[in-house]
Amino acid sequence: MTMSGRLGTVLGLFVVAVGLIIWVLLGLLTPGTPGGVVNFVGSSAAGQPVNMTIQTVGSIGFGNHPTWVSYLVKTPQGKWIHSTTWQLPANTQVNVTILQYDSGSPLRNQQWGQVTGTTGNVASLNGTSFSTYNSYGGNGVGHTFTVPSIGLSVPLVGVNGNLTLCGVAPCSLKQPHNTITFSFKTPAKVGEYHWQCFVPCGLGYLYGNGGPMSTQGYMGGFLDVVQQ
Amino acid sequence: MTISAERPTEATAGTAAPAGPRSGYSWTNRPGWMSQHLGTAIVLGFLGYLFGHWWGNYLAGSYTYIANNGQNGVADFLGLLCMVIGWLLGIGALNYPILKLFGREPGEETPAPGLSRYFRYTLDHKVVGMQYVVGVLLFLFTGGLLAMAIRTELLNPTVHIFNPGTYIEIVSEHGTIMMMMATSIVVGPLGNYLVPLMIGSRRMAFPRVEAFSFWIFSAGYMVIFSALFYGGFPTGWTGYAPLQNQAGPGMISYLFGFAVIGIGMMSAGFNILVTIVNYRAPGMTWSRVPMFVWSILATASLLTLATPVLFTAGLFGLLDHLVLTAFYVNEHGGSSYLWENLFWFFGHPEVYIMALPGFGIVAEIVPVFTRKPLFAYKVAAAGMMGVALLSFFVWQHHLFQSGINPDMRPLFMLTTELISIPTGFIYLVGMGSLYRGKMRLEVPMLFCLALYFNFLIGGITGVFLSDVPVNVTVHGSFFVLSHFHYTIMGGLVFAFMAGLYYWLPKMTGRMMNKKLGLWHFWTMFIFFNLTFFPMFIIGLLGQPRRVFEYAHNLQGLNDFSSISAFCLGASFLLFFWNLMYSMIINPKKAPANPWDSIGLEWQTANPVPLYNFERIPVIVTEPYRYSEPGAPAYADFGGGSAAGASTIGSSVQE
Amino acid sequence: MNNGSEMRRIVTSWVIVSVIGDLLWWFLVGPHIPPGNMTESAHWNQFDFNILAVTALPVVFMVWIWLGYAVVKWRDKPGVPEPVGGAAAQASRGVQTAWITITSVVVISAAIYGTIALIGDHGSGGGEGPNPVWAPAGTIAANNAALAGKATWSPAGSQPLVVQVIAQQWKFTYRYPAFGGMETDRLVLPVNTDVVFDVTSLDVIHDFWAYQLSVKADANPGVNNVAFAETRQTGQFMVRCDELCGIWHGAMINSGRVLTKTGFMTWATKTEAQNAQNTKYLPPFAWTYTPDANGAAGGLYPDGNVTPYSPSEVYGAKQPTK
Repeated sequence: MTMSGRLGTVLGLFVVAVGLIIWVLLGLLTPGTPGGVVNFVGSSAAGQPVNMTIQTVGSIGFGNHPTWVSYLVKTPQGKWIHSTTWQLPANTQVNVTILQYDSGSPLRNQQWGQVTGTTGNVASLNGTSFSTYNSYGGNGVGHTFTVPSIGLSVPLVGVNGNLTLCGVAPCSLKQPHNTITFSFKTPAKVGEYHWQCFVPCGLGYLYGNGGPMSTQGYMGGFLDVVQQ
Repeated sequence: MTISAERPTEATAGTAAPAGPRSGYSWTNRPGWMSQHLGTAIVLGFLGYLFGHWWGNYLAGSYTYIANNGQNGVADFLGLLCMVIGWLLGIGALNYPILKLFGREPGEETPAPGLSRYFRYTLDHKVVGMQYVVGVLLFLFTGGLLAMAIRTELLNPTVHIFNPGTYIEIVSEHGTIMMMMATSIVVGPLGNYLVPLMIGSRRMAFPRVEAFSFWIFSAGYMVIFSALFYGGFPTGWTGYAPLQNQAGPGMISYLFGFAVIGIGMMSAGFNILVTIVNYRAPGMTWSRVPMFVWSILATASLLTLATPVLFTAGLFGLLDHLVLTAFYVNEHGGSSYLWENLFWFFGHPEVYIMALPGFGIVAEIVPVFTRKPLFAYKVAAAGMMGVALLSFFVWQHHLFQSGINPDMRPLFMLTTELISIPTGFIYLVGMGSLYRGKMRLEVPMLFCLALYFNFLIGGITGVFLSDVPVNVTVHGSFFVLSHFHYTIMGGLVFAFMAGLYYWLPKMTGRMMNKKLGLWHFWTMFIFFNLTFFPMFIIGLLGQPRRVFEYAHNLQGLNDFSSISAFCLGASFLLFFWNLMYSMIINPKKAPANPWDSIGLEWQTANPVPLYNFERIPVIVTEPYRYSEPGAPAYADFGGGSAAGASTIGSSVQE
Repeated sequence: MNNGSEMRRIVTSWVIVSVIGDLLWWFLVGPHIPPGNMTESAHWNQFDFNILAVTALPVVFMVWIWLGYAVVKWRDKPGVPEPVGGAAAQASRGVQTAWITITSVVVISAAIYGTIALIGDHGSGGGEGPNPVWAPAGTIAANNAALAGKATWSPAGSQPLVVQVIAQQWKFTYRYPAFGGMETDRLVLPVNTDVVFDVTSLDVIHDFWAYQLSVKADANPGVNNVAFAETRQTGQFMVRCDELCGIWHGAMINSGRVLTKTGFMTWATKTEAQNAQNTKYLPPFAWTYTPDANGAAGGLYPDGNVTPYSPSEVYGAKQPTK
């Protein structure tokens, strides 16, 4: 083979190899925002409160991990999306409605039974306002919605586990659920604020914190706070 | 000397030369493609994976916890296990043991000539060495690519390129791949290729074990890479339990991958250890052993003695994952400290597995380029063996803040600081060898000097880390990260580069391009320091390791480090280009002894014949006698062989 | 140039560079070295770092100057070099002995100094495990009192304050046994007080790193890892997790404050009242809490039950007596 032939072969193989590696890595490494970013900026006039509806489901019923517990969000257009990264305007009140379709249990750390960081440090459960929930009583707590860096935390009270629970998302309002509502104000400083659930709900994983608890897009994500 | 594939019949008087393998017919060496080679290994490995995965689903698909989490780790493990077995079957590594099991005598094995032997289960240590060169470079470039991804994510403190789970996956994969690679980066390619040549042996003690070590090493690469297919693992290379127990099936790739690589490390270490002890040429007393061989001896001892602990620890972890034993789970009778202790009991000798070969390379190369004997040969050998011995008594310095037995902390602080005494010997030897020398700044020598520069920073910061009060601040921060990159990358990888530039002319008969080599050296040296030195400051300012978010005021330093890292990556591309250009695209024939060394490996014919030495040389004097023009040659090859005349200056005529 | 004057040149420049380097470090860099002066151990750990730095700098300069001199002066002309002969090729036994002696003395002195600093400073803020061996006076008694439910603290006098750090995936929370066992998600401390940190975890291993306080202790499940700090300055400090604990490890960050004693007392009393409703649901203060290994809804190990070991409580799986 001539020198230029060898040069061509080496360069060709190199390009193929690099292409292959990048293709494999891109395929294997999940993108920054699984499910994409759901944008709430502009869903209401500037300065006006933003309304956001989310739901939790005991087993999502589709995708790579149908048995995993997950959060879903309703886009401003009214479509349920499996995404946990939500873009919100800075320094704005957000009215949150959470439809909680999962059963509950005592909390590992009752600290998460407190409502903190919401407007008035209260939330409402099916219309009744509360500020602390005793997770050892009733149906226990199913999940929490917690944004640690802004001190926001709301326990999502569980539904009776003996009922027939929703097993495929999105769930309908006819299925047993609790409705938790609360308001909070997004921080003035833009940035990505991590939120997560503090109930170890990863069934089949040690301490319940593997699987869906350790995968963005299921029990954790970001509030992407931007200027409106 | 002519190239001879025949087994030399005569042995040098007074020695019982080890017999080479018999020539003849075997599956692994059958000509043409109708035999066992890389292709059959890939096919059988793939089939093995499919079979194992089916088997695991059949066995464990109905287990409660698997039904709950929806991920069948048993199937993933059995898939990987059968893949490794299929791979070994396919390459032919198991032919000999299976035949022996059934009482049959295997056919005689002579490596096939030509390029195809590099793709087969070849027993020639020189072929295995070259296979390892390609293997470790593949490892190195995969890990390097992941490092680029890490530095990209850290460009901004809060805006994310990857999601945090993916980031941890990348960090863990980078660390594990690099650690696995670094255990073999010198011992594999240079150790296997050069040790028999340097000790005047015709072969390794256990050629089959040696070939096995490479092929299982490459299987380990596939196993650890497979973690990405299973969603990765979140624990970093240290794999701390019980996070390990909580992780998904990617963790199995980590645990099994380390077990597989561990088998490779043990077999490689054991083989080299036995070879150095038993296969030295007559006359090669311990005071005449080349320094590189001393370092490989120390490393091989560590590989042989420390790796079984890792293997066992990995096995426990696999059992925890697959059949729910609880070695590492406190609430069920285990202990998370057990993993920490087992891992670091292996892990700290491992760190010296990654340092000693680098010391050996510089001690071997520096005298050649300063035209002086090695300064204080005995101190150098004592330093290497001292480091190897002490490395077993320092592991708890990784656990200073973990809460175990605080009263032991002064002891482990002392042992850790003591280890800088034998490490200091390496500096005494290096600095002494430079003293009033006649230095030639060839590319290999530049890399050696860079090792002294980098490892000094890495070593001194190690003393800071070993001091318990200071450790409170720097433990687990970027300071540690920078420290071990300075020792492993700044030390070992620089030494490996020195070794490649120095010995590739011997191994391939082709010279590396000097101009490209100088560009490669200067970019690598400058950008290595610009990448990692800021990380000491980043760590001191409070940035922990393995975080995807950091304080806003550290963005400037992190960006500086990231951009330097990209340039460092480009420097490796430059090396890759030089390698391709000088070895394949435009090869230039190397002189027989381009650096005018009196080392035994340079006195063999070029290319090195299958059995290395027509006659086993007799070592007549100490190595590195560069200062005495009248001194006898290092080795007597007998029979008036031209290759044996190795007094200084005589090799220049070639 | 003869041998002697060459060595004199190297040594002289080394001494000059080392003295300048050490002085610059000690007076310009040293005072800014973390972790600062917020606690007693932070102060001594900074001092210790600087002691090591001024010892290390001359070693670094020695090698650098030697390497630099060698590269510039001990070079060969192009072509095949002549071998080096004579005295330059000898390995002086004196040099070897001196090197080994000096490095040994330096290294062993560093270890002895480190040990003295470690013991004198009550473990230097590092986690000492469940049975600390270098505790400040009165802290062990205070910690035992906390376990017995008899913890108290008041701004008067110099009582140690017991604070429990509970790590969980992925946040630290803090309990104050002296204030009814209340749990908060912010760490607030009084100044000029010996603080006992009881660090434990409810799941995997974390590491409690209060950066400016110079406190670092692994949080292990089922283990009480005790660390001490004597606060000296008021102000804000950063808390980070320093042991990889899973996906949100990088987000396990928050800040704490050291307040005046009366300021702290005001904060604590107020928070105790605010959290009273939640505090009564918490289990009694214990050094460790056995996490329910199975998660909220059943799980990995089939038996479903764990056996708590004394003196720990199952955190979250048992209703406290009211």
